[in-house]
Amino acid sequence: MNLLDLFGLHGMHLVDLVQLGLHFAMLSLLAVGGALAVAPDMQHYFVIAHGWMNDEQFTTAVALAQSAPGPNVLFVGILGLRVAGLVGMATTLIGMMLPSSILARGVGRFRTRRAESIGLRAITAGLTPLTLGLLLSTGWVLLAPTRVEWSAWVLVAITVVAMLRTKASPLLLIALGAAAGMAGLV
Amino acid sequence: MGDPPAAPGNEAGSDGPPRPRSLLELFLAFNRLALQGFGGVLPIAHRELVERLHWLNPDEFVELLALGQVLPGPNIINMAVILGERWFGWRGSVAASAGLLALPSVIVLFLATLYQEFSSQPLVNGALRGMGVAAAGLVISTALKLWKTLARNPLGRIWGSVLAAAMVLLVGLLRWPMLWVLLGLGPLATALAWWVLRRRSAERVAAVIAAAPAPSTVAAGATVAVAVAVEAVEEDSPEGSRTGPGHSAPQDFP
Repeated sequence: MNLLDLFGLHGMHLVDLVQLGLHFAMLSLLAVGGALAVAPDMQHYFVIAHGWMNDEQFTTAVALAQSAPGPNVLFVGILGLRVAGLVGMATTLIGMMLPSSILARGVGRFRTRRAESIGLRAITAGLTPLTLGLLLSTGWVLLAPTRVEWSAWVLVAITVVAMLRTKASPLLLIALGAAAGMAGLV
Repeated sequence: MGDPPAAPGNEAGSDGPPRPRSLLELFLAFNRLALQGFGGVLPIAHRELVERLHWLNPDEFVELLALGQVLPGPNIINMAVILGERWFGWRGSVAASAGLLALPSVIVLFLATLYQEFSSQPLVNGALRGMGVAAAGLVISTALKLWKTLARNPLGRIWGSVLAAAMVLLVGLLRWPMLWVLLGLGPLATALAWWVLRRRSAERVAAVIAAAPAPSTVAAGATVAVAVAVEAVEEDSPEGSRTGPGHSAPQDFP
């Protein structure tokens, strides 16, 4: 991609862009547990339904965002960038963040004594296992390009154990992954 | 946003709990914490907002975190929006979330463009491949941290695991449309949790009544009073007092 490509739309039609924005606006309101929890749906949208990118490019978007400072939701921007340059990046990011932010603002205004009511506790408790299942699905989807290799699973196991048992920073584990990849181990 | 960051002095001057004095200060604080957060900003948010700046006390932070996690959308953005609103209205929301996003999105843009430029190099390609695997590992470890909280979940570990497994099967493996799966399983799981919570609180009421000495006839009214009182306590006492704060709260969401 040369610099000028950033400003092009890569042949995307306006209709596609609007649909993309609306789809992400819907995901925004479903994303209890963050943007990564709804990544399986994004992968379905970009890779399977529209064929805009392959599995590897999808996973790379998440990996790039994880290796940079800032909120992880920025991977959504890379997806948009790939299909429609800066306009695409703005579309996916705004779609992903605007509806949920408006909702958060509305709810945040009521100081939440009711946060402990049985109704809200039931929602939190009920959605937790679903978020958990979605995050596992995201892990599975991100492994699409590499999951046939046993070495990838070894690296996943090392990452998981390090995250659960040590205070290792995520950045260190990403760096370890990069090193393993450069050495041709995964 | 365009306002000069002239500190309004904030009513009581230096009295009262510390808070950002201007939109610029708010923007810079969130910018600073975003730039330190690799693979998740929440742990940094605690260090900066609670420990360094004292804009929030630990309880307020936990309350905000819990709220940010029940709400859909990126947790840290939700927190920024709510805090900004609290201090400066909608302009605060914009300043705080812009602080989180402005520089990091430039960095991500730079990295993505750079990668595209060199993606034909085997070394770069290999590195990104390995980073992708590690990223998957990070997401899976977040899921496993959530799994640990299931022991304290009203649904319990078994039902929680069954629901999670159904999600993996339908969305991850069979690739059913996530929207429909969520609309189906979400209400089901919530209803189940609600039923368990209700039954628990009813049992507690029954236990209190049983424990009370029961001079039968006078008791009728008193029993109702006790029941109401217990119910009120139930509603008021944070779940946190029994299960620790943020029962579904993994402290570091990626």
